Amino acid sequence: MTAALRNPKIWIFGICLLPLVRLTVLGASGGLGANPIEFITHSTGTWTLIGLMVTLSVTPLRRLTGRTDLIRFRRMLGLFAFYYACLHFITYIWLDQFFNPAAIAKDIIKRPFITVGFTAFVLLIPLAATSTHAMMRRLGRRWQQLHRLIYPVAMLGVIHYGWLVKKDLTEPLIYGAVLALLLVMRLPWGVMLLQSARSRFVLARS
Amino acid sequence: MLIRQPDDILPSDITPPEIHRQRRRFMQGMGALAAGAVLGVAPDVQAGAKLAGVHASAYKLDEEKTSFKDVTTYNNFYEFGTGKADPAENAGSLKTRPWTVAVEGEIGNPRIYDFDTLLKLAPLEERVYRMRCVEGWSMVIPWVGFPLREIIRRAAPTGNARYVEFVTLDDPGQMPGQRSRVLDWPYVEGLRVDEAMHPLTLLAVGLYGEVLPNQNGAPIRLVVPWKYGFKSAKSIVKIRFVEKQPLTAWMRATPSEYGFYSNVNPEVDHPRWSQAKERRIGEFFKRDTLMFNGYGPQVAQMYRGMDLKKYF
Repeated sequence: MTAALRNPKIWIFGICLLPLVRLTVLGASGGLGANPIEFITHSTGTWTLIGLMVTLSVTPLRRLTGRTDLIRFRRMLGLFAFYYACLHFITYIWLDQFFNPAAIAKDIIKRPFITVGFTAFVLLIPLAATSTHAMMRRLGRRWQQLHRLIYPVAMLGVIHYGWLVKKDLTEPLIYGAVLALLLVMRLPWGVMLLQSARSRFVLARS
Repeated sequence: MLIRQPDDILPSDITPPEIHRQRRRFMQGMGALAAGAVLGVAPDVQAGAKLAGVHASAYKLDEEKTSFKDVTTYNNFYEFGTGKADPAENAGSLKTRPWTVAVEGEIGNPRIYDFDTLLKLAPLEERVYRMRCVEGWSMVIPWVGFPLREIIRRAAPTGNARYVEFVTLDDPGQMPGQRSRVLDWPYVEGLRVDEAMHPLTLLAVGLYGEVLPNQNGAPIRLVVPWKYGFKSAKSIVKIRFVEKQPLTAWMRATPSEYGFYSNVNPEVDHPRWSQAKERRIGEFFKRDTLMFNGYGPQVAQMYRGMDLKKYF
C-alpha cells in the first residue's frame, strides 16, 4: 500500500482525474451555471487541450532537466488527453446533438470549427490504439513516426478553439503561444537552447 | 328579489384607476423616501428595488419564464468582460444615477432626458418576451418598460430621420471591460425608424418587477424581441436619429458575421454555426428556433420583398 503511494504514477493518475471530479461535484450540487451543457463542453475541451500541452511538454522538460525517467509518464498523460477528448466528443454528440446523425454529419461538413475539431479527434484514435508496449514493439520505428501526429492534432485543437469564440481571442491565443513554444523547443535550435540551459544549471550546481 | 352583497364592489371600481394608481405610487414613494432617509440612500436607485406602478400588458407568453437567477447571472455585456458570469461580477462599478439620455439628430425636439423624467414619460408595463442570443441560447424574460415610440413621438423626427442609433455609456472607469479593445467602444446599435416605432420595441428599465440589475443593462436598455440579443443596446446614453444606416459595433468588428438587421432567422446560419435550433436556458433538449423569434405575425411585413439572406 505505502509502496503504491510512493509511485508517482498513482498521484499523476489522481491529479488527471480532478477535472472530472470537479465536473461531477459541480453537476451534483447544481453548480454548472445557467447553461450546464455549454459548461461541460467547454470544460472537457479545455482539459483536452491542457492534456495535449502537458503531454507535449514532457520531452522539452526531459531535455531541460536531464531526467530521462519523465518519459514514463508520457503515455498516461496522452491517454488522459484522449480521455477528455472522448468526453468532449460524447458531450457534443449526445447532449448537444442528441445522436442525430444527419445533424452531426451536416455540422462536421459545414462548420469549419467542428470539421477541425472532429479531424483532431479522429487523428487521436490511432495514437491511443497504439499506446501499448506490444504495439510499440510491433511498429518499431514507425511507432514514433505515427505518434508525431500529436503535433497536427494539437494545432487543430487550438484552431478549433480559436474558430469558435465569438470575439475574445485571448484564451485561444494563449494556448497557441504555449503550443508554439513547445514545438519550437523541438527544433534543433530549441534543443540546443534547452541543452545549454541545462549545462549552465549543472555547472552552477557543481 | 336578490339583493347583491355590497362587498362585490371593490374600491378600484369606485376610484378611477388613474387616481388609484397615483395614490398607490404616492404611498410607495413616501415609503421609499422614508426608507431612503433612514438608510441614507436615494430611493429606487438600486437593483432589487420594486418598481412602482407597473401594470400588466397583453404581451405574455405561454412559455415558462427563465429564472431570475439565470437571467441575472448569464449575460453577454462585454463592457464588463467577455465571460457569461463577468457582468454579474463586475457591473457593481456602474453608477446608474444621475443618468441622462440625449435624444438628438434629425428631430424637431432634441432633448436631454434625466432618467427620472424618463421613468414618468409613459406608464410602465410588464412584457414577457423571448430573448434569442446569436450564440444559440434563449430565455423568456418579463421586462418592465415602455415602448420606444413614446420617445420617438415626442422627438418629432424630420423627413431625414431614416435610422435610429443607440449609444451605450463609454466610461472604462465604470465599465472595466472597455479597457480591453475587444470591441470598438462605445457600443453602437441601430434600427430602421419603422422598426424603432414598432409597438413591440421596448425601452426596459426593469425585469421581474424590479429595477433593472446593472448586468442586464441598467438603468435603461433596448429590447427588440425579434432580433438577436446584441441588437438590444444596454445602458443607453444617446438615441440619435440619422439619415444613413449606422455602423453598429458588431458590424464594425466582424462585418461578414453580423449584419445590420440581425433578425432571428432559423434559415440563415451564422457563418460559423447553425441558427436552426437553440438551447432554452433551463431546458435539456434543444428547441427549434422560430422565424423572427416567433414574432413573425407582428413584424414580418416590415421585411416584405427583402432578401433576408442578403440583409442578415
